Amino acid sequence: MSKFLEVNNLSISFPTEDGVVKAVDNMSFSLEKGKTLGIVGESGSGKSVTSLAILGLHKGSTAEVSGEILIDGQDINAMAENDVRLLRGKVMSMIFQDALAALHPYYTVGNQIAEAYLVHNKVSKSEAKKRAIEMLDRVGIPEPQKRVDDYPHQFSGGMRQRAMIAMALSCNPSLLIADEPTTALDVTVQAQIIDLLRDLQKEFNTAIILITHDLGVVSETADDILLMYAGKAIEYGTVRDVLQKPQHPYGWGLLTSIPRLTGDPEKSLAAIPGTPPSLISVPSGCAFHPRCSYVKQVGTACSSSIPDLLPVSAGAHHLVRCHLDTAAREEIFRSQVAPKL
Amino acid sequence: MNSILKVEGLTKHFPGNKHSLFGKRDVVQAVDGISFEVAKGEAIGLVGESGCGKSTTGRLTTRLLEPTAGTIQFDGNDITHLSNAQMRPIRADLQIIFQDPYASLNPRHTVGTIVASPFRIGGVEPEGGTKKRVQELLEIVGLNPEHYNRYPHEFSGGQRQRIGIARALALRPKLIVADEPVSALDVSIQAQVINLLKDLQKQFDIAFIFIAHDLAVVRHFAQRVAVMYLGNIVEIADRDTLYSNPKHPYTKALLSAVPEVDPDAVGSRERIRLTGDVPNPINPPSGCRFRTRCWKAQDICASSAPALLQIGTSQVACHFPE
Repeated sequence: MSKFLEVNNLSISFPTEDGVVKAVDNMSFSLEKGKTLGIVGESGSGKSVTSLAILGLHKGSTAEVSGEILIDGQDINAMAENDVRLLRGKVMSMIFQDALAALHPYYTVGNQIAEAYLVHNKVSKSEAKKRAIEMLDRVGIPEPQKRVDDYPHQFSGGMRQRAMIAMALSCNPSLLIADEPTTALDVTVQAQIIDLLRDLQKEFNTAIILITHDLGVVSETADDILLMYAGKAIEYGTVRDVLQKPQHPYGWGLLTSIPRLTGDPEKSLAAIPGTPPSLISVPSGCAFHPRCSYVKQVGTACSSSIPDLLPVSAGAHHLVRCHLDTAAREEIFRSQVAPKL
Repeated sequence: MNSILKVEGLTKHFPGNKHSLFGKRDVVQAVDGISFEVAKGEAIGLVGESGCGKSTTGRLTTRLLEPTAGTIQFDGNDITHLSNAQMRPIRADLQIIFQDPYASLNPRHTVGTIVASPFRIGGVEPEGGTKKRVQELLEIVGLNPEHYNRYPHEFSGGQRQRIGIARALALRPKLIVADEPVSALDVSIQAQVINLLKDLQKQFDIAFIFIAHDLAVVRHFAQRVAVMYLGNIVEIADRDTLYSNPKHPYTKALLSAVPEVDPDAVGSRERIRLTGDVPNPINPPSGCRFRTRCWKAQDICASSAPALLQIGTSQVACHFPE
């Protein structure tokens, strides 16, 4: 069975005055309907740029996009801007991080939810409004008949995020991209939104790409995780693979450095030294090598050649981009990483 | 308790909008009658959701805001209504670290000038000269002392936060208010800064008020934690008690909402889902402010506000504590 979304060898670069920024380098991943892929990485790792490419939003900008983005077999990257527009909102849509910035302050919430529905369906304005009320009700806004005529500033942060979800789902898209959908929210509201997304996914069988830096959020929502660093996928596998048996030193670093609600709070956190690299001057070889504690075990390969994204063991779906061999990785994980988790 | 800071009945009401020409102005009750103490060298965490008044509390205790009511005693002196000039000598002992490392450093000043500003403002000449001391401070916070002449834009977010920390440390304060010091940083950098602050706290025996919305971060830093909701403190307890045995329903809900990293633990924990959002502080609910979202609320919760009472080792403001 072919996957609903297939991204093959996607590379995105931006020419700038200071040189070419390679924001995304040779990414490949796939997603089935009803499943969630979590793309995890720090700021500047290329996660948002990837999602914009899937929506065809780099068209008309200076970005150079190469590779294939197949949605139901159609290559978004090869399509003309106007053809992609017919799919946006209907086949794929997006939720942004900052709902206040993403909603238009001069239009009512109902107007904005109805807009995509009007564009993609031959319906009257009153029918579209009915649809907006129905969607607001579905995402849990109280008194939707009344609130449909409110402006975004009259909504609270959590309600705005709900309204944006309603907007994104108004045409039952098959693919939803959620870019840090809960980062701006408080934990109690974040938990509500995560539950809502999960329920809606079950109901509409939507494929979701969840972009986040929060390992807790992906763990609670995603089926697969793609871990990014400096524009490259460095680890790819199921949630259990990547969060319980991570294979990349960056993954080890992330998992041991985040403060948790369990474990000894007096022990100092195992921080990753250094800072993420600038995309204009990505370190040679493995981009993570200047911050990696295991370079000595490999030797010069880390700084001279870029490792390939390879299966952890023959035939495995868990992929990792690291020069350490499998035996060495398992030994390090068992003796040094697992005790800190 | 040998306290460095003692706050009693601290209140801050901000003027809100006026709806008609002769109408009354709205009052935003940002902080409403909170009391707590910080012992010398102790790290206390202040957690809560946005709008609960935690940042306002931090700014009141450093006297960056004028309190509406209540008293603030710092190191035995009442500083509640001191003027700016009267506050100046006290600020040497009472410093603040801000959330946004991009907004809190003057882009036109070099790092040397920024870190030396407390000496200049306080009229203090450190031993061995300002430059030497500034370079020492940069080294303490893990920056290269050679970068004395660089400007903030040449540094990353985590490094900028370190500059802010060096500035706060300059006059060897007794209390530092850290207002969301790591929330603007990438995950891999957060741990570095938390570790640094913790080391400094121990090394120099500085008391901290650590303000954060992230409960896991606070757990790794503070020995005692106060939970705020809509301008009130609802629970104060030592760390282990608060995280293992929360007594206020809100604390319980807050803890259960933190997403779990381990996929096997997802679903194994008790889940409490609060409905709705935090009410508007212009018109907070009567009685207990949490009652509109609380699953235990009874009639009494609407009629009388619960006081912060001692239960075991915790202080809890609830009519029906766990």
